[in-house]
Amino acid sequence: MKTICLYFEIHQIIHLKRYRFFEIGSDHYYYDDFANEQGINEIAERSYIPALNTLIQMAKENEGAFKVALSISGVALEQLEIYAPAVIELLHELNNTGCCEFLCEPYSHGLSSLANEDCFKEEVGRMRKKIKDYFGQEPKVFRNSSLIYNNEIGGMVANMGFKGMLIEGAKHVLGWKSPHYLYHCVENPNLKLLMRDFKLSDDISLRFSNSDWSEYPLFADKYIGWIDSMPESEQVINIFMELSALGYFQPLSSNILDFIKALPVCAKQKGITFSTPTEIVTKLKSVDGMDVPYPMSWVDEERDISPWLGNVMQREAFNKLYSVAERVYLCDDKRIKQDWDYLQASNNFRFMTTKETGVAFNRGIYDSPFDAFTNYMNILGDFIKRVNSLYPVDMENEELGSLLTTIKNQGAELVQLNAEVSKLQKKLADAEKKLAKEAKPAPKKTASTTAKKTTKTTATKKSSEKSED
Amino acid sequence: MKVLMFGWEFPPKIYGGLAVASYGITKGLSLQGDVETVFCMPKPTGDEEGFLKIVGMNQVPIVWRDVNYDYLKSRLHAKMTPEEYYAYRDKIYADFSYMNVNDLGCMEFAGGYPGNLHDEINNFSIIAGVVARQQEFDIIHAHDWLTYPAGVHAKMVSGKPLCIHVHATDFDRSRGKVNPTVYSIEKNGMDYADCIMCVSELTRRTVINEYHQDPRKVFAVHNAVYPLSQEYQDIPRPDHSKEKIVTFLGRITMQKGPEYFVEAAAMVLKRTRNIRFVMAGSGDMLNAMINLVAERGIADRFHFPGFMKGKQVYEVYKNSDVFVMPSVSEPFGIAPLEAMQCGTPSIISKQSGCGEILSKVIKTDYWDIHAMADAIYSICTNQSLFEYLQKEGKAEVDGITWEKVGLKVRSLYEDVLRNYNK
Repeated sequence: MKTICLYFEIHQIIHLKRYRFFEIGSDHYYYDDFANEQGINEIAERSYIPALNTLIQMAKENEGAFKVALSISGVALEQLEIYAPAVIELLHELNNTGCCEFLCEPYSHGLSSLANEDCFKEEVGRMRKKIKDYFGQEPKVFRNSSLIYNNEIGGMVANMGFKGMLIEGAKHVLGWKSPHYLYHCVENPNLKLLMRDFKLSDDISLRFSNSDWSEYPLFADKYIGWIDSMPESEQVINIFMELSALGYFQPLSSNILDFIKALPVCAKQKGITFSTPTEIVTKLKSVDGMDVPYPMSWVDEERDISPWLGNVMQREAFNKLYSVAERVYLCDDKRIKQDWDYLQASNNFRFMTTKETGVAFNRGIYDSPFDAFTNYMNILGDFIKRVNSLYPVDMENEELGSLLTTIKNQGAELVQLNAEVSKLQKKLADAEKKLAKEAKPAPKKTASTTAKKTTKTTATKKSSEKSED
Repeated sequence: MKVLMFGWEFPPKIYGGLAVASYGITKGLSLQGDVETVFCMPKPTGDEEGFLKIVGMNQVPIVWRDVNYDYLKSRLHAKMTPEEYYAYRDKIYADFSYMNVNDLGCMEFAGGYPGNLHDEINNFSIIAGVVARQQEFDIIHAHDWLTYPAGVHAKMVSGKPLCIHVHATDFDRSRGKVNPTVYSIEKNGMDYADCIMCVSELTRRTVINEYHQDPRKVFAVHNAVYPLSQEYQDIPRPDHSKEKIVTFLGRITMQKGPEYFVEAAAMVLKRTRNIRFVMAGSGDMLNAMINLVAERGIADRFHFPGFMKGKQVYEVYKNSDVFVMPSVSEPFGIAPLEAMQCGTPSIISKQSGCGEILSKVIKTDYWDIHAMADAIYSICTNQSLFEYLQKEGKAEVDGITWEKVGLKVRSLYEDVLRNYNK
């Protein structure tokens, strides 16, 4: 029996403002609030709200026969909280139908998986927790920013305890194989891989409203017919796209939502079901390992990482950014951590691309890749300056790390000792109570004051040690 | 196909960009194989290249004089034979003996852009009448407003179609405050033309909007560059790892926007000291710019080396890390292409025509000194941007050849001939 795995991604970048080099060192606010508010409201109104309403309606009408998966980047979630809380309410409503699975992705929608493992794990962990807090689901399946994947990333993701991962069904990786089976990561067979069927996905997200397309107009029965006519043994059809494809890239006037709405009905007639990624990775067996030695993604014809790291400028920006990754990881300055999330977003690198893909591409406020690069490097210049001012620049990261660990350990020790002290204090108090019950309350006073004194001295002693470090 | 072309300049004698463009277009046409060009210019040196026929207008007679063969031979320059002289003499069409002619019955030209330019333009068009009667050709092509009257005259005489080539308009030169005499010459030429070739879409817009021409006969034909000679290629690029040099090269006039360059330099120098600025060239705003530099207090980092020519130009390009052309209105602007050939990244104003065919350059509005300063700073501090623009910029410019321009001009000729008198 065939099953469709439908997945949508929600991500919106935090737009950077125009930042000239003379502001380096004096202005530490990098964002264009107006563009952010306007952008997120536009996309929410045109796409997210109508699309989510449709998904909710589908979930309710089909009584469990329709299932869908969603993932949201941390930065997008932050923006939705501020500017479009209505979208979050709809997400909760969809979650309450029980037909929706939330997946995990890197918090920043950045490229940390290619640069720094600690940093990557940290932000994935943070996102995992955020999803749990929001929707009460512990995500078991992971999707990387823009479906970037290679064996190494698979290994890292598996070590973090994920059961499955969504990846692109790129031709150069699949070869003669079909994306309609479940595969596993060659580094760790416990991680199952769901491969995107780019033809069927792009039929909806790229071509649906294109009247020059030979299959135009596309109807749900025709679309399900294509799936139905696939060989019986091909069981998983993975259709992944951005949620903004519904309504934004394919306008609502093309009736794309009616098309989506009709999918479960048509699928039912042909005996095709819908499943969430977790259901698939638990129910089905992997047929083979999928060897991906070089990173791939779901973007552009080449399906590689060239849209973000294709030219020297992008690589310099990337290297500069991640050169301070360890320092940012070590520090606990909230604003720096927040800027770090926003600056990592892969879109910032995409704006610098010089690839000519023939597909219209919105560079935002930037005229050209050079403009995007200049602006980003100015901001990065200021950011790196701030990071470097936290700790001495000439100190090795390792040394700094070990010192910080010592401090941290001492802190932990302090907590432990304090706990011990309070435990003893409690014991003492209990003992006193006992004593008071037995004898007169006279000796109680002296005992408690001495106990307090000892706590204080240990605490001050420890804190003075800390400041010396 | 035979083309009668009127131009004002031609290498090796170069006054400005017009000579280079005239050379490129004629060379591009000659590479087509079946296009024969007769190029009429006021005062050839005799050292012009031989791929086209040059006619020196200063040796075409307009008054009948009885000169003997041997004397003629001693007087004529390399581009004119006595036989040709006699052939022209047979076509004198009116009595011009009241004009100031020499013993050959010809008029002298000062060449270049002298004070009595309007007289020379008039004389040029008188002589064009003789040439047009003598020569056989299919189409007329006139470069820039100086030769439009000649082109129109030739069209009247021969009834052949006229193409004019707009290398600049007076709107570009004057920031909108046009000289009415020049404007009327330009407008008249355009009104009579059957095809108007502009060096950029920007100029095409000006021609359509300011000169009220029919858009259907106005086309953009972008200029190109010639590959660098080995001599220029071999000029080394000095090591600039310690100190960067940012260059402006061109006439220091209102049209080129030099004050914006100075203001941007002042902004950059406020922030960093290891960059030097160079403003090469001369012009009527030079003194004003020196004053401005002093006023901004950046004279220690801002240099005026004066007018550059020949190889010096390329040495300046090679010695620069950034080339800036902040022109207020530039019909085409060949300088950034030359800088890119030398491997120097360029920043150009969005008001420059060459920006239409270049993508590996940084474009800013000429008035946006913040953006310009930012771009300068970025290229000087981010090695990767410099490298990218250097490598890709050179590759881009290498693909822009006069041969392609020649092909385009020729196809326009064919269209004009096909539709003429229909």
